[in-house]
Amino acid sequence: MPLEAAPRAAPTAPLLEVRHLSVAYSLGARALPVVMDFNLTLLPGESHGLVGESGCGKSTVALAIMQWLGRQGRITSGQLLFKGRDLRLLSGDELRRTRGAQVAMIYQEPMASLNPTMRIGAQLTEVPRYNEGVSHRAARARALAMLNRVQLADALRIMEAYPHQLSGGQQQRIVIAMALLSNPSLLLLDEPTTALDVTVEAGIVDLIGSLSAEYGMSMLYISHNLALLRTICQRITVMYAGQVVETAETAALFADPHHPYTRELLAAMPQPAVHKHAQPLRAIPGQPPAPDARPPGCAFGPRCGYFVAGRCDASDVPLKVESGGRQTRCLRAGEIAWQVSPPELIDGPTRSPGATALKVRSLSKSYGPVSANECVTFDVRAGETVALVGESGSGKSTVARILMGLTQATSGSAALDGVELAQLPVGRRPAATLRALQMIFQNPFDTLNPSHTVGAQIARVIRKFRIERDKTRIDARVQELLAQVQLPAELASRRPGQLSGGQKQRVAIARAFAGQPQLVVADEPVSSLDVSVQATVVALLRDIQRESGTTLLFISHDLALVRQLADRVIVMYQGKVIEQGTVEELFAPPYHPYTEALLAAIPIADPRVTRRKMRPSVEAPSVSLPPTGCRFSSRCAYRIRGTCEVQEPPVREFAPGHRIACHLPAQELSQMQPIFEVIRP
Amino acid sequence: MLLIMLAASVLLFAVFDTDQFRRKVAVAELGGFGVATLSEQDYQHWLSRNGFEQPFWTRYGQWLARLSHGELGESLEKDVPVATLLQESIAHTAILGFFVFLFMIPLALLLGLLAGVNEGSLLDRGISLLSVLTTSTPQIATAVLLTVVLALGLNWVPAKSAMLEGWSFRELILPLLTLLIYEVGYLARMTRAATLEVMAAPYVRTAVLKGLPWSRVVSRHVLRNALIVPVTLICQELNGLLSQIVVVEVFFQYAGFGRMLFDAASFGDIQVLQAATLVAVLVAVLSQFLSDAAYVALNPRVQF
Amino acid sequence: MLARALVQPGRWATLLVLLVWLPLIAYVMFRSALGGAASDVLLPAVPAVVALYALGLARCRGSWVASVGLTLVCFWFVIAVAVPFLPLTDPDKPIAALALPGTTKHGVHFILGSDARGRDMLSRTLWGCQRVLVWGITATAAAYAVGVVLGLLGGYLGGWCDDVVSFIGNLLLSFPVMVLFILILNLLGQSGFNIVIAVTSSSAPMIMRIVRGLTLEAKNRDYIHAAQTRGEHPLWVMGVELLPNVRGPLIVDACLRLGYTTVAITTLTFLGLGLQPPDPDWGLMIKEGATAALLWKYSYLITIPALAVSSLILGFNMIADGMRELSGRS
Repeated sequence: MPLEAAPRAAPTAPLLEVRHLSVAYSLGARALPVVMDFNLTLLPGESHGLVGESGCGKSTVALAIMQWLGRQGRITSGQLLFKGRDLRLLSGDELRRTRGAQVAMIYQEPMASLNPTMRIGAQLTEVPRYNEGVSHRAARARALAMLNRVQLADALRIMEAYPHQLSGGQQQRIVIAMALLSNPSLLLLDEPTTALDVTVEAGIVDLIGSLSAEYGMSMLYISHNLALLRTICQRITVMYAGQVVETAETAALFADPHHPYTRELLAAMPQPAVHKHAQPLRAIPGQPPAPDARPPGCAFGPRCGYFVAGRCDASDVPLKVESGGRQTRCLRAGEIAWQVSPPELIDGPTRSPGATALKVRSLSKSYGPVSANECVTFDVRAGETVALVGESGSGKSTVARILMGLTQATSGSAALDGVELAQLPVGRRPAATLRALQMIFQNPFDTLNPSHTVGAQIARVIRKFRIERDKTRIDARVQELLAQVQLPAELASRRPGQLSGGQKQRVAIARAFAGQPQLVVADEPVSSLDVSVQATVVALLRDIQRESGTTLLFISHDLALVRQLADRVIVMYQGKVIEQGTVEELFAPPYHPYTEALLAAIPIADPRVTRRKMRPSVEAPSVSLPPTGCRFSSRCAYRIRGTCEVQEPPVREFAPGHRIACHLPAQELSQMQPIFEVIRP
Repeated sequence: MLLIMLAASVLLFAVFDTDQFRRKVAVAELGGFGVATLSEQDYQHWLSRNGFEQPFWTRYGQWLARLSHGELGESLEKDVPVATLLQESIAHTAILGFFVFLFMIPLALLLGLLAGVNEGSLLDRGISLLSVLTTSTPQIATAVLLTVVLALGLNWVPAKSAMLEGWSFRELILPLLTLLIYEVGYLARMTRAATLEVMAAPYVRTAVLKGLPWSRVVSRHVLRNALIVPVTLICQELNGLLSQIVVVEVFFQYAGFGRMLFDAASFGDIQVLQAATLVAVLVAVLSQFLSDAAYVALNPRVQF
Repeated sequence: MLARALVQPGRWATLLVLLVWLPLIAYVMFRSALGGAASDVLLPAVPAVVALYALGLARCRGSWVASVGLTLVCFWFVIAVAVPFLPLTDPDKPIAALALPGTTKHGVHFILGSDARGRDMLSRTLWGCQRVLVWGITATAAAYAVGVVLGLLGGYLGGWCDDVVSFIGNLLLSFPVMVLFILILNLLGQSGFNIVIAVTSSSAPMIMRIVRGLTLEAKNRDYIHAAQTRGEHPLWVMGVELLPNVRGPLIVDACLRLGYTTVAITTLTFLGLGLQPPDPDWGLMIKEGATAALLWKYSYLITIPALAVSSLILGFNMIADGMRELSGRS
């Protein structure tokens, strides 16, 4: 639910006014425009969201405001008026005083943003000491108070700790504390939660929301996740390829987006509440233009479903101001008849699953005293899509690595059609097994060998698994595969360095399916990709799986995406399976408390859906010291003292295949309120 | 570490246990003009007299035992106990080394930091150019050029450092300068690289955008992190310096450890060579250990 | 097929390098065996060096440091392959002792003077680069061959293989480089091949450490896992998947190491441990000049070879710096 706007009596002067800002980066002799004609007005106390995908220039805007663009960046034109004064004209000393005291910034990677050789306390006290000349003792008191305010327990121990001794969520709270210590009027947040787990993210977002209400400061919240901004910001600006394409009040933007890109972006985001057949994921074809290869006219034109040749690419599109403070950079805004049915239906008929292909029983893996997996048990049937869901430390990647033979289980079994895999390293597997089991990896930048061409890498798989011998037939097959993942044929002779992240991941899919495997393990294949590209890749994966009848084990942390894609879901926490069932069963009560927390953390973009608030929980403890009983007990809001921390939770079966491992009585679990509710229009 | 020392000692012992060297020692003991004059009979007598029929490991153990008691044998060339030779030469080299480190450390670190913090400036380009030039010249070339300019041309310092008239600091200047020029260039370059890396780090950005004055950013945030690698390199430089000291001492005829080792090798003075090499290996191993210890001490992310 | 191979600059570069290196080796190491036809061996090498220079300049475009370095190095290469064809005085023939640069004695004009034995300095300096280049490159190549193989094996296979390789490496590294050289050359005798052995013993451990580090880091990349899950043989993974991707830092290191090796060879010759007279050699020239040059006016005897060797090493270092700059930028 959008935050209540602070009551504004009379029109106040804007705190920050960015007028026609243009920033360019110089690479050698060339100057690449990264931000063009950017405009933004921020009132005191307002929270403004800035959303866009990677490379759109949103982080550059924040750095430009802070006047820290590095040696290659340059503001080529525009004004940055902060409290009436142009930041570009400030002297060095004035700029220093503005930074930290008036304008503060929070960064994307909290670990890298903290000095690794300096204790937290020293880093925190620096702020008031150097900005206001406060004494050391007073500064320490303020730092301690602020640590409590950002909900960090054990503040005294944290003051003496080094950054690497804390978790990601804790580090980010410290960065927030550091920014707030000087009481700034403007807070710039550059993707503060992107590097964090979903449940941790939810906590930080809540914290930021409450802090902004309490301190009354203005916020510029930069993110790639439109749904996330819906809960915190009053107004949102959408950026594409360095330009503002739409600015509007939050509610208006989500209810009725005026720019085709905004609309496509919303449609490309998986929504957890609606059934996948009713509102399937829509993919935006193509990818954003490179800074030195912008199309004429509208930058979104080549990918826009409502593009009119001759008009949209004639000349630069100006920002049109509409009623209600809305601005849209579209020549056809207001006149487009939005298609109700999507142009591309990704979903298709489901095949009924066959016999059990993969049987995992009591799989355990420990590295000395630390256990990564414990007693993992599940089945996967032929042709199914099973999702393995969990956050960092859940052990899902370890399961994948054991299945692939890259590491061996300590105990337990995993049998694929009778072949025991759990302790069979990949070097000793028979050729048939190797061919039957293939993997798609997470990081698109490392998944392909940078020194070989794309075609050669796919051809190698075909040749290795003896699918074809003849060179012409291998080449033909490579072309077929590339076509299946919708990549142009000439890409076969290119090296991975020339491909985008989405294209590389598509090649990875082609490579995985080239050997006609029986089971494909996809380890978070789209987590590193932009939202619009994610939809395309997921759609392709689904298509190719359907056609070949391959079983898919899809590992992810994104439950919303999983809902669109999977038939069954297995939820893992700290190495154990805590719930498994079909997708419908998982999204409806009964929930395991952790599943409930995961679902409650998903940001909702659809205004027709409400999400119930969860009871707050504490930060995750370190993985190496698990409680003896239920792993989730230290964070669980439903914790039964005396039982949950000590005893292993029993596994309850609510329906055939739907199992939850929890101490709570079955009745209480069944009576949980559903997380999502669709408001009837 | 100990294992390496032992392995090195075994290697050394084995290498000098060959026939070629035994004959040399035999000749030196028995008298004679050269290995060729040694009759086979005398040689065999000598071998059995000195217990050479015992197995390898026994003799090795005896040798180790002798070493630990400080009995290093006698120099074949100079007829003095090896221990005495070692003491004198190590002392001389230690003095030279001390002065090198004394000047090198502050100068190199300062130049490197200045270059890194002011990347792209004239100062940076000048320092970089200078370090590339100095590290591209072999010690003998620098020694030569310095001799030509300072000794022969300007006559400020004597050309050789044999210290024939007792100890004089003036004679130390040329070897010192030769060593300094290379070391400062190398270390400054490494410090500059480390500083550049730190300057580009996100936490330096955080420090600046917190509103801290530039002096504080450099002194507390940049310095502390940029110096981790150079400090470990300084500890490792003991090893590299030893190599260069050999060359410099030979060139300038300075009576130090390096020259002693070189002379011993040329002459075939085995006891001296063995002892000297062991000392060199000890220094190298120690320097590596110091370097690792320094890294652990300076980097809170690494725990022992 | 041939057309595709021709377009690949990498293949051309390898071919040209071989065209330069093999004749040089043949000439320097086996000249006595070749007799009168010796200099004919070098004929194809001359245009090859020029072609390599052109190729190299194209690659170094964008970094003036690398270009200047390349020019210095290629200058000496051109001299090395072309020197039998240049109109120079015989470098071993004594004519007039200690003639100052620019003077004429006995009808011969000494541009760079003559040394204590009366031999022409210019001629000796130009001839002197052959041995340094040939032995330097051979020694570095040998060290690389050993170091890369061991580093790959140790880094990729891990376990006892890694322990053994690392231990041997650490053992060799604990001997100061000069001490190692002195020991080996005194034990095995002084010759070019023994220099190769000495340089390999001192450089290979360092190269092995670098390659091992790169391998350890690259081993965890997903494309290596993809190859493993295909069932590729470890040798394939090391050679085909890993090796091409650790090339970048190795090329920079190779240039630097060529510089170090040149220093080593020159220093060893100076100390009397290296290549033997009477062939002209810079280290030897410095050594002979050092005993003769007790007066300022004879300083040219040592300054000229010192500048020659420094320019070559400077060239290598500049190429290394430039390549590092280029790869950092891209």
